[in-house]
Amino acid sequence: MYIIVVGGGRLGYNLLKALLNEGHEVLVLEKDPRICKTITDEMGSVCHRGDGCEAATLAEVGTGRADMLVAVTGDDEDNLVSCQVAKHKHNVPRTIARIRNPQNADLFKKLGVDVTVSATDIILEAIEREVPTHPLTHLLTLDEQHLVMIDVKVSPESTSIGKAVKDLSLPKESKLVLIIPGEGSPQVPSDATVLKANDQIIAVTPPETEEALKAALRGK
Amino acid sequence: MKVLIMGCGRVGARLASLLDEDGHEVTVLDNDVYSFRRLPPTFNGAALFGNGIDQEALKKGGIEEVDIFVAVTQGDNRNVMSCQIAKHIFNVPRVMCRIYDPLREEMYSALGLETISPTKVFAQLLREKVEGEG
Repeated sequence: MYIIVVGGGRLGYNLLKALLNEGHEVLVLEKDPRICKTITDEMGSVCHRGDGCEAATLAEVGTGRADMLVAVTGDDEDNLVSCQVAKHKHNVPRTIARIRNPQNADLFKKLGVDVTVSATDIILEAIEREVPTHPLTHLLTLDEQHLVMIDVKVSPESTSIGKAVKDLSLPKESKLVLIIPGEGSPQVPSDATVLKANDQIIAVTPPETEEALKAALRGK
Repeated sequence: MKVLIMGCGRVGARLASLLDEDGHEVTVLDNDVYSFRRLPPTFNGAALFGNGIDQEALKKGGIEEVDIFVAVTQGDNRNVMSCQIAKHIFNVPRVMCRIYDPLREEMYSALGLETISPTKVFAQLLREKVEGEG
């Protein structure tokens, strides 16, 4: 794959290294000549000095044949514009933007950026996973299918304990995928499967019914 | 009309005071309070500290009620981003965006923003003056 990385800061630099190791064709666009020189000295001609928001610069580096553009500068507005120019001027099929303000995720998606990555959200998710009492963890977001995969723990106080799956008032669109009991091996639940305390449930649901699903499983 | 102007530089401050003189309800937003010195003492509008690419700051500036949003900061990308927030998140009826880079200006104009490139306008003006004299 030909991947263009906009921004040669610490994030862009490490991304470049990892992608080169995986055998991709990678080019970093960086405005600062000193940063560009450091990268070139170390890794050869994989850094082009220029503004990744300018259509002309992107044309110079053959963005038209790029499979992906990843914008990882420190400024959300620059990452947005870079992705938009790549998409609208050069028809790049996949664009990924780093966002500093998690609030921008919806806006970026609305404006055609395919994937946004926010360090704040990633750290929050890590905290969710690390804190054992947290009843719900996001495992995966499937944007195109408009679904999220979540992990819910049935607490010992839950009123859903002892109920069969078919008797839980689950939202229609939500599906239980797997039950990992506190003891014993994981099983694919059927309608008759009865919930036990400390069951860990993996479920798939549209984001809107996430709360309803959580409530049904915790039996509030 | 209710107008929200992002960027209180020379253009932003001047536009704010002109619209204020004409009796419009004007709010200016800037992330540097020192820039508000450019507003005349007679200015009746509001000057608000805040970053125009932050939705919370825009809300404080009354973006949900304004008729027009104008972005005139020094950064093309900041202008473009705030205008798209105004248009696509807050559905502001009219959004005007300054973009220095003519190529970027053409692209965002094609994407439906009302854009002005001072670079293009001023170069054209000078060209007419130069060729008119000759």
